[in-house]
Amino acid sequence: MSQYCLILGAKSAMARAIAHKFAGNGYDLILAARNPAEIEADAADIRVRFSRDVKIAAFDATAFQTHQNFWDNLQPKPSVVVCAIGYMPKQQDAEKDTALALTAMHTNFTGVANILNIAANYMEEQKAGCIIGISSVAGERGRASNYFYGSAKAGFTAFLSGLRNRLASSGVHVLTVKPGFVYTRMTEGLPLNPKLTAKPEEVASDIWKAFRKKKNVLYTKWMWRGIMWIIRNIPEWKFKKMKI
Amino acid sequence: MKVTNWGNFPVTEAEVKSFSTQGEAMEAVAGWDELIPRGLGRCYGDSSLGKNILSTLSFNRFLSFDEKTGVLHCQSGVSLEEILNIFVPRGWFPPVTPGTKFVTVGGAIASDVHGKNHHKEGSFRKHVDAITVLTGNGKIVRCTPEENAELFHATCGGMGLTGLILDAVIRLKPIETAWIQQRSIKAPDLETIFRLFSENVEYTYSVAWIDTLARGSKLGRSILLLGEHATRSQLQTSSQKENPYRIPGKRKLTVPFNLPNFTLNNFSIKLFNAFYYGKHPRGEKTALINYDSYFYPLDFIHHWNRIYGKRGFTQYQLVLPPASGYEGVRKVLEHTTRSGYGSFLSVLKYFGPDQGLLSFPMEGYTLTLDFPVSENLMKMLNELDTIVKDAGGRLYLTKDSRMSPAMFRETYAHLPGFREVRKAFSSAGKFESLQSRRLEV
Repeated sequence: MSQYCLILGAKSAMARAIAHKFAGNGYDLILAARNPAEIEADAADIRVRFSRDVKIAAFDATAFQTHQNFWDNLQPKPSVVVCAIGYMPKQQDAEKDTALALTAMHTNFTGVANILNIAANYMEEQKAGCIIGISSVAGERGRASNYFYGSAKAGFTAFLSGLRNRLASSGVHVLTVKPGFVYTRMTEGLPLNPKLTAKPEEVASDIWKAFRKKKNVLYTKWMWRGIMWIIRNIPEWKFKKMKI
Repeated sequence: MKVTNWGNFPVTEAEVKSFSTQGEAMEAVAGWDELIPRGLGRCYGDSSLGKNILSTLSFNRFLSFDEKTGVLHCQSGVSLEEILNIFVPRGWFPPVTPGTKFVTVGGAIASDVHGKNHHKEGSFRKHVDAITVLTGNGKIVRCTPEENAELFHATCGGMGLTGLILDAVIRLKPIETAWIQQRSIKAPDLETIFRLFSENVEYTYSVAWIDTLARGSKLGRSILLLGEHATRSQLQTSSQKENPYRIPGKRKLTVPFNLPNFTLNNFSIKLFNAFYYGKHPRGEKTALINYDSYFYPLDFIHHWNRIYGKRGFTQYQLVLPPASGYEGVRKVLEHTTRSGYGSFLSVLKYFGPDQGLLSFPMEGYTLTLDFPVSENLMKMLNELDTIVKDAGGRLYLTKDSRMSPAMFRETYAHLPGFREVRKAFSSAGKFESLQSRRLEV
């Protein structure tokens, strides 16, 4: 019986790279996005490339009331769930627009936490499975330049950590992925240092290795672990005056 | 950002965008007054350079594949390398392949690439059933040899000047193994190699490596390389027989930086040529070679173009009709050696009958020479242009970086027809490259 990997937020370049990685390693896929029509071509591509079954489903992180139904309707149930949903609003816009701010926070935290909780309930019962949540280094500390996104990701990281604690005795693996900079639509236009910035394929590769090794927390690229250690340990009186 | 193609000449400053959906493509095209699409940048000159470049590399999905007929539908950013990696193990091969697998399907169509099998199986466009093009007027047009035929024929070989190729339907060919049965024959002079070409037309793949620095009685000495896809019964070792579609992985080398300009010079090239020609036994020999080594001998040296140094190099590829082929090639070789210019990688091939709009191949003999860029090179190449033009031949746009508008106009008889199609779809003025401006297409 083949194993299925569910990828939430399947439209992004990072999700696509992860999908290819899993498909290339023998997993069938369920790709979920707000607008399934937009991922038809990607699904066809994976079917041709890897000769795997690829199902498509509609999923909206902010439509909480649809989440349980969504999970119940998945046939078959995936053994791996990858949450690649993320939305980075323009900080200044979110400061002035409550609706935008709330959308960012629900998309990046409460919405994804809700569906992963539902998945966790199922996996706990099965005593098997894996949840891979893609958070961000931005969640390590709130900065003026990006704290709506950052705080939501901080919440998501804590949520995943809690999930890991809960599911440890059930044999369910929870992996928190913290990317630094990645070349995707989200960062288009930003000045990125190439030595620190990962390509989606590199992130997918790192995630696959961490998945196989059952790691808990993955920084990608690797140097962000050290960078964030430094950032985290700058005393608050100093940090509050910085402009990073 | 700075962009350059395979010859590292010219280097240009351009705004580069990529797209991964049709919607993004339309947005990008509408947002610029002028642009040129670009794939993997394996042309040698300025064909896919311009002030605005639209990269197709993120538009690289496979859309469908029919395992009974080998018909493949894919987006234009898919590379031949990906096609090989995925479909050779399933028993299918690209119908036409140029000397590198690092070209996109869009690029293969826009250059209407040819391979060692042109004399038998034609150029790439012969194996394309349909293409979808985003033209200058913002319309997305599906064209085939029957439907919107003028756009189809203009786009094949059209160097990206008719619009952005979005996706294509191509026919792969079935193979029994991933190996090639190669027969190589030594030819001591030009007359012999010409004779050998005509004596061996029934071979699917045929091309000759030619020593362009040999003079006098040795002028045009070459090695003819003939090939056929190996059948199961031709496989030799038991591991080949068990896995007929698997080939050994190649250890990749890379040229990590530009070598000093003096590395490739007449003396070193002469030395290499003498060695390469000398090590082949007199007469002929046969060998079983995997497809990667047979078709893409240079691909395994990453950045081999850096051997030419920072100055870059230019390729000069000409074709001459059969009647003037022998004399014309002779004149060209004599002229280059007399002027003191040695070509390192030189190839001679026979083309079968062919006539596209802007497509390069036509029946006759095609000779490829490459030269490191230098001051007086341009003057010498202009002199070669005259020889080519007078012999009724023409040059390959995909290799060209310096031809004059007059030379282009006088050797591409179907240019007026091509201009008509561009005008009809509002692509003239919108889809332009440094090359199209230079040649006043």
